[in-house]
Amino acid sequence: MTESTSAEQFGSSRVKRGLAEMLKGGVIMDVVTAAQARIAEDAGAVAVMALERVPADIRSQGGVARMSDPDLIDSIIAEVNIPVMAKARIGHFVEAQILEVLGVDYIDESEVLSPADYLNHIDKWNFTIPFVCGATNLGEALRRITEGAAMIRSKGEAGTGDVSEATKHIRTINGEIKRLTSMSRDELYVAAKELQAPYELVAEIASTGKLPVVLFTAGGVATPADAAMMMQLGADGVFVGSGIFKAGNPEQRAAAIVKAVTFYDDAKVIADVSRGLGEAMVGINVSDIPAPHRLASRGW
Amino acid sequence: MAILSVGTGPAETAVPPGLRVGVLALQGDFREHAQVLRELGANVDLVRRPEELDQIDGLVIPGGESSVMDKLARTFGLAEPLRAAIRGGLPVYGTCAGLIMLADTILDGMNGQQSLGGLDIAVRRNAFGPQTASFETDLDIPALGVKPVHAVFIRAPVVETVGPRATALATLDDGRCVAVQQGNLLGTSFHPEITGEYRFHQYFLQKLVAAAR
Repeated sequence: MTESTSAEQFGSSRVKRGLAEMLKGGVIMDVVTAAQARIAEDAGAVAVMALERVPADIRSQGGVARMSDPDLIDSIIAEVNIPVMAKARIGHFVEAQILEVLGVDYIDESEVLSPADYLNHIDKWNFTIPFVCGATNLGEALRRITEGAAMIRSKGEAGTGDVSEATKHIRTINGEIKRLTSMSRDELYVAAKELQAPYELVAEIASTGKLPVVLFTAGGVATPADAAMMMQLGADGVFVGSGIFKAGNPEQRAAAIVKAVTFYDDAKVIADVSRGLGEAMVGINVSDIPAPHRLASRGW
Repeated sequence: MAILSVGTGPAETAVPPGLRVGVLALQGDFREHAQVLRELGANVDLVRRPEELDQIDGLVIPGGESSVMDKLARTFGLAEPLRAAIRGGLPVYGTCAGLIMLADTILDGMNGQQSLGGLDIAVRRNAFGPQTASFETDLDIPALGVKPVHAVFIRAPVVETVGPRATALATLDDGRCVAVQQGNLLGTSFHPEITGEYRFHQYFLQKLVAAAR
């Protein structure tokens, strides 16, 4: 680490948001071991997300889900050269402090883990390390950005392999942004109130037509076609959780999803990479999950 | 919370009209580069396939994950045509991952990571450490004028060795090289495309792309 110049500035918004900019058009893959991280990097992941159990297992095994063991995170950082992300519980600022000193590149304050605070999210401005947070709609995304999130991912419903909630959330966020761009100033004041977000941020989005941070999508992406659909719906990139390592032949599926994200608008390429991938994760239909057990409703 | 704009904006000297510049669009912040180039008056093509190289006068390789760009470029048959185009004198500007792609030698690369090459330099990937060591700072770059360049380094590479055919354009205070030129090839460790700094792109269009056409 260099600190040679007095003018060097660490942890600025531009530096935090900038890393997410560089991940665009890429696939971030959930991994629970160094061996999986190796597979993800070799397949062309743009970053890996280190966690103890993939969402499908958290869902089936139950219990409190927490930040991973630091030894596991160390082993994944040692294994790969691409950026390493890791999850902290919503509101658990000490888990975040630990992840920061471990040398993780990005923290996911994630509804996939059990929340540690049902009122407050982490004050992310307190950290040098950037955060990504989930959102199901624009208001939630803007509240997270106000708290310092440098990247947003639409939540979907993690651990299901059912892409319908991911579709709903990315459509909702982008639809609400589009609506803002057609509003006059007097309407924007009301919109800010309804979105429960600061007026300045709402006005900025109304004029630029996009979030001030990168927007990935997550939660239920299991096939190259799923990933390409998210990109066509306006995602900057895709998180794939259980969809890779809960499927047969994860190496091939991971590489196929990477290619489908780059050529998201070329059905011929997507058709080619979709061939012979073997069994996709079995999954669970979101409509079969009782509302209180849906992870996307965590966070507010 | 608002990000301070320190950009210089489109500069006074005009870029010759009709320049056609490709931006490698396999992964990374290619839209930001395309936007800067368009604002400077260039026609921009996003490049993902070999045949998309045919019509362009110059190419920008964006920031992103160099190992992913390398894999996709090889898988989709773009790597060899790109190498041939670089050998043939195509002007290319690479930022961060793009600089790595243009380096003859990569240090700390992935298993089997390949570059396109062209710049007589050795680049160390992710030379500063984890994201918490990423930073922004001002650089003096005489080739671009007296006003310092505000530079953002994100898990950035540095040019560890500058070979005899390449020229260092900018260094950090500790002497490490972060911008180089060699003939028609230009590379920076940092990202002018996300700071509103237009001078590198303008220099590229005027001195390299227009001159080579």
